[in-house]
Order: sequence, then C-alpha cells, then structure tokens
Amino acid sequence: MMNGYMGTIIRVDLSKGTIKKEPLNMEAAKDFVGARGLGTKYFCDEVDPKIDPLGPDNNLIFMTGPLTGTAAACSGRFEVVAKAPLTGTIGAANSGGHFGPELKYAGYDGIIFEGVSDHPVYLYINDDEVELRDASGLWGKTVYETTDELNRICGQSFRVSCIGPTGENLCLYAGVMNDKHRAAGRGGLGAVMGSKKLKAVVVKGTKSIYVARPEKFMEAIENARTTLKAHPVTGTGLAAYGTEILVNIINESGGLPLRNGRDGAVYEKADNISGETLTEKYLIRNKGCFGCCIGCGRVVDIPSGPFKSRGEGPEYEAGWSFGADCGIDDLEAVCKANFLCNEYGFDPITLGATIACAMELFEEGYLTEEDTGGIPVRFGDAATMVKLAEMTGKNEGFGKQLAMGSYRLAEKYGHPELSMSVKKQEMPAYDGRALQGIGLEYATSNRGGCHVRGYMTSPEVLGLPVKMDPLVTEGKASMLKTFQDLTALIDSTGVCLFTSFALGLPEFAAQYREAVGSDESDAEILLKGERVWNLEKKFNIAAGVEKDTLPPRLLREQLPDGPAQGKVNELHTMLQEYYQLRGWDTEGIPTPEKDRELGL
Amino acid sequence: MGKQLMIKPEKCIGCRTCELVCSFGHDQAFNPRNANVTVMAYEEAAINIPVMCLQCEDPCCLEVCPVGAISRNEIGAVVMDHAKCIGCKMCMNACPLGNISFNKEKKQVHKCDLCGGEPKCAKFCPTGAITFEDPDEGMDRKRAVADRFKDVFGEEAKA
Repeated sequence: MMNGYMGTIIRVDLSKGTIKKEPLNMEAAKDFVGARGLGTKYFCDEVDPKIDPLGPDNNLIFMTGPLTGTAAACSGRFEVVAKAPLTGTIGAANSGGHFGPELKYAGYDGIIFEGVSDHPVYLYINDDEVELRDASGLWGKTVYETTDELNRICGQSFRVSCIGPTGENLCLYAGVMNDKHRAAGRGGLGAVMGSKKLKAVVVKGTKSIYVARPEKFMEAIENARTTLKAHPVTGTGLAAYGTEILVNIINESGGLPLRNGRDGAVYEKADNISGETLTEKYLIRNKGCFGCCIGCGRVVDIPSGPFKSRGEGPEYEAGWSFGADCGIDDLEAVCKANFLCNEYGFDPITLGATIACAMELFEEGYLTEEDTGGIPVRFGDAATMVKLAEMTGKNEGFGKQLAMGSYRLAEKYGHPELSMSVKKQEMPAYDGRALQGIGLEYATSNRGGCHVRGYMTSPEVLGLPVKMDPLVTEGKASMLKTFQDLTALIDSTGVCLFTSFALGLPEFAAQYREAVGSDESDAEILLKGERVWNLEKKFNIAAGVEKDTLPPRLLREQLPDGPAQGKVNELHTMLQEYYQLRGWDTEGIPTPEKDRELGL
Repeated sequence: MGKQLMIKPEKCIGCRTCELVCSFGHDQAFNPRNANVTVMAYEEAAINIPVMCLQCEDPCCLEVCPVGAISRNEIGAVVMDHAKCIGCKMCMNACPLGNISFNKEKKQVHKCDLCGGEPKCAKFCPTGAITFEDPDEGMDRKRAVADRFKDVFGEEAKA
C-alpha cells in the first residue's frame, strides 16, 4: 500500500491455536487513524464492554499507526489495547522503542489476540511466517531474561514484546514490555496478556513502508524535526535532563504531591531526586526510541552500595512515585525500584503510589505489621520501599496485596479514600489542587488517573502553547478538550506525544496528510481525535465505569503550604462546562447529536 | 580533499533516523534493511555505533567488480552503475567492512553514495553523531586535547 499502512492484520485465536491474516479495515483506518484509535475501534466492534478483563472474552490488540516506522518525528510508537483490569475502562497503553516499526516492516499494521491458550505460548513473526510457539521454558522469567532468551533462540535482529512475572501473576498493573525497557505500562494490560498465557511476541521484518506523497512528506517531517530541534523543551531540556527535569519545576509550582498527598505538594528535598542530580551523578548516556529526535531516555548506572544496578529511567513520574510520594529522597533507591519495574514488567506510577498508600495506611494504624508480614511500612524508608517493590514483582508476602493497586488495598483495610486514584488508577506526579486543569484531566480521563490523556501541565506550568494560571479554573475545560482530542490524534498516528511540546495541530496534520494522501483540513483531522475520545467514553459508559470525580483529599483537604496554599480542586466549577463543550449531557453522556456529528 | 562522513558513537542515541532517511532518499520507501547505514546497538555497554561506507581510497569493491560497474565520482563517492551491474555480489564479498548490502525488493546491491554531496544521514542526525565535514577542519578532538594542555600549562594574562 502507498499510504503509510501495510494493509494486513494478524488475527490469532489462542483458544484454537489458529492464525489468520486479514485485510486492514481501511474505512475504520480513515475514521480512527491507527494505533490507539484504530485499536480501540477494532476492540469496541468485537468485544462486549461487560466482559471480565482477565477472562477469555477480552481481546488484546497491538496496533501501529500510519506514521509508525516512517521518518516522521519520533515515529516509534504503537498501542496495546484491551479492557483494563485495574480500572474496568478501555485500556489503551502506548509504547515506544523499536517493536512497533518492526511489526510494520514485517508487513502488518497490527495483531488481534482472542481467547486463552491452555499452555504458555509466544507468537513468532518473521515477515510472512507467523506461528505460535511453546513458551513453557520462558514462563516465570523476567523481562530481561525473556528478551535475551528469545533473541538467542530466534536471532539477535528480532524485536521482543513480552510480559514479566507480574503479568503472569495477574498483577493488576502489569505492563506489556518491549525492547526490555519500554512499556505499554498503565492499566494492567500485561495481566491480560498473562491471562491469555501469551508470554511474548517476537518480530523481524524486511519490507518497506510507502507513503502517498513522498516529497511533500519529507518536507513535512523536515519542518517538524527542525522545529523540535530548535525548541527549548524538546531540543534542549529533555535531552539534557530527561523528563526528571520536571521535579524542581513542579515542586516550585507547589504541585509535587508529598507522602501520598497527605503532607501537601512541596518537598523540601526535591532536588535530591531531580533530573539535574540524576544527570550529574548517574547518567551514562541518552537513549532514543526509534525515529526519535529528542532523546529523553536515560541509561543510568548506580555504581555501588545497596542499590547497585544499571538500567533505564526513571521518568519524572517514577521519580516522584518512589520519591516524594513515599517521602524518599534517596535517588539510588528510586532508580533501583524503577529498574525492578522494567525487570518484572509493571507500572512504576501505580506501584510507587500503592506503596505510598500502604505507608499512610500503616502510619494511621489501619494496616499493621501483622498484615505486612512483620514489615513496618513507613514514609521515608527507602530500603523498605525497594524491598516491597521486589516482593510485589515476585508476588511474595505483602507484595501480593500491593499487586492489587492502591484502591483495592485501601478498600480492603476500610479506607478507600486514602487511595490517590481515579477510576481505581493512581494519579501521577502533579497535584490537582495546585494545578486545577490537571485535576479536571484526571477526573475525565478515559483510562482513570493519568497525565498523558491531555497534559494540562503544559499550559499550566510550562506555558505551552500558552501560559495559563494553574490556580484558576477559567478556560481549563476548553483547553483540556482540545488537548484530549489532539492527544488522541497524536497517539493514533504512531508518533510520540512529547513532540507536542513543540509541534501543534498543523504539523501533525501535515505529516498525516502527506503519509496517507488525504486532503482533509486540520479541523477535519482533529475531529478524528475527538471521535476516538468519544468512542472510548462510550465504551466506559457501557462497561459501567464509575462517574468522573477525584479522591476526597483533592476536593476537601486544602494544601498546607507553597504557591497553592489553601487550594482544593474546584472540579464542580469545571466539570459541567467541560461536558457542555464536549456536547455531552449533564451526566457526562454523549448526546445523540454528538454521536451523529462524529459518525458513532 | 573533499568532505568526509565522520561518526561520533558517543553521541548516538540509537534512534536510527539515519537508516530511515537513507532508505527513503534512495528508494522513496522506509526500510532500515535497505539503508546504506546501520546502527549497531550494544545494550550492555550502553553504546550505539553507526556503520557505513566511508569511501575507501583503495576500494576492494571497485577492484573486484568484473564488469566495471563501480567507479569513483567527482565528489569522492565510490558509486555503482546499475545499468552495468550484473548482480554477481562480488563487491559484497570483497568489502572487508560489510558496507555493501543487497536490496531484496529491487534485487540490487547498494552502498553509500553520499547522496550526491549532501548525505541525509548527517543532515537528519539529531545529535551530531554523524557529520559530513572536511577532515582537515574536523579538529574538534585534537582541539579538546590541546585545550587540556592549555588549561594545565597555559599562562593567561593577569587582569
């Protein structure tokens, strides 16, 4: 095909052990673009929203976009889609690395897994050759071990996506890991893969991706790449310090949640866990995903001491979850916990926030040493934090309870209000009291607490694309709607969301248009993002997901200090405006008129 | 002499943009396996090394070609004439550096031709790990060594 797509989907029935190749649904591709949007469209067309996420009726979809694997700026992305076990919402998790592009070079836009295998298997893809192979010998192995072993068996040039032990053990926030250190991390899609007894997908491809208008496409990507290179965030800041550059910035805005948010959102020791400190003390080299021109990835080495280790990361969110959220300023412990997440294959945001929740439950006396197997779980105890991360990775002792996530843990011990989660998924590293818009984002996100569904931090703190006062509610609903729709579009094309620090709709629309050969306007292309957003929302409503709200702490407990002192999140003043702008009714349900406008 | 492709592996982030723009520049298709440059990644050592033809002064490929399809052009690139090439792949075997590859789709051998004088790998490399420069002017490493001598032994004029 000459339009960015490969034109073929692999469909695997794990219950029957059969593999079919079918033509890509081009009509759906036109409306839902690819990756997140197209994966969700395939999913919603075929799966009943009420199903058990860990049962045989959940599908697991890997989907690339039309820009994945091209020279579009930061084109290494693909999406994993399933009903998420942590939240019960649509689960769509995006990952970078090299796996997605390789799948396209093998000739496929995506893979749909149905059913459950009766024994561990992995899917082997070598161009046209596609087969299910026994993975009994790989079951129980970590992400690193599995990847190395599959590269030994299949060849060094194969790309590996796999689950670690947490996915096998159905940890509710296990991720689907690729290229060892990259994760489709949130919502527990690794547990879905584990429930299907699917250990890995390996792929190698030698085919070409063609675009509709080659010369114009190169003009569009050259323009995008030049803009990214010249921008202070994507050209300088992220390369120099990684996403951890945000620690001091967010702390200065008074929005770095401290000790499960209990002690406000200003951490006096923030600099100890900052990107500047990480770079100065432990950074070896930057690493980029496929097609990247930013290079935010960190290869980090802790040379000695109790946390001696080497790995990739942490991102800002993990730096916070294992750091400030647990009241810990030991960056070596933070790095070690993050590496454990890569190794065992689970989400550092939910893990760190769940440990932080356990710490508060323990300090309040709701959780005792009897419950934790004799371990005192207190804020600030770095060694215990790392030990709990490892126990959760290995599904041992109290780690089995932490594997449920903070909501189910706090609920079990009678205090669900101490879970800092939305729709049972933990909110990341920005306090919704100090950043009003990010609070609205958490409340309305289609996959529960999440920062990459409409990154309001960008206008509220970084001033991109315009500076907005983080403490006010005016204008936030409107900006958030635009961000959510644009993010859905970007995720669906197959490029990295980080490019949106420097690029806007015109640049994304141009790359998309020249790749697929479309003459649609920017507005028509953005509408595809809105269509994706509404499809996700409709799935969640049909699945019976709880209403859009925030934890009581964010709505009632005033911040004690910092620039946002005295603030709570004023969700009620933003939510109805947001629903109205979305064309939804007062309960947040899309109206028939909106459905017609979007063709849903 | 003219400009030369230079690599600085310590700057490479392993994004493989060079592979993408190379294959696209020659075939109008994105396919890293048909690129004339390949980034080799060493996970354990945390380093990535771009490898491509650096245009030998005494090229084995040119010597071994039985039909005279390989020659050096005016910008110093050792290039292939596909009208003359019979696809015997002797050049692939003769190159001691492995920098000649075979495109399965086009059924042709291929190697770096410096994109006619403006190599896309260097143009699009986001970190400067691949550059196209006059080696006589590429003194930055020598300069770095000299700078250290200057720092140790230099006598700056006192203000």
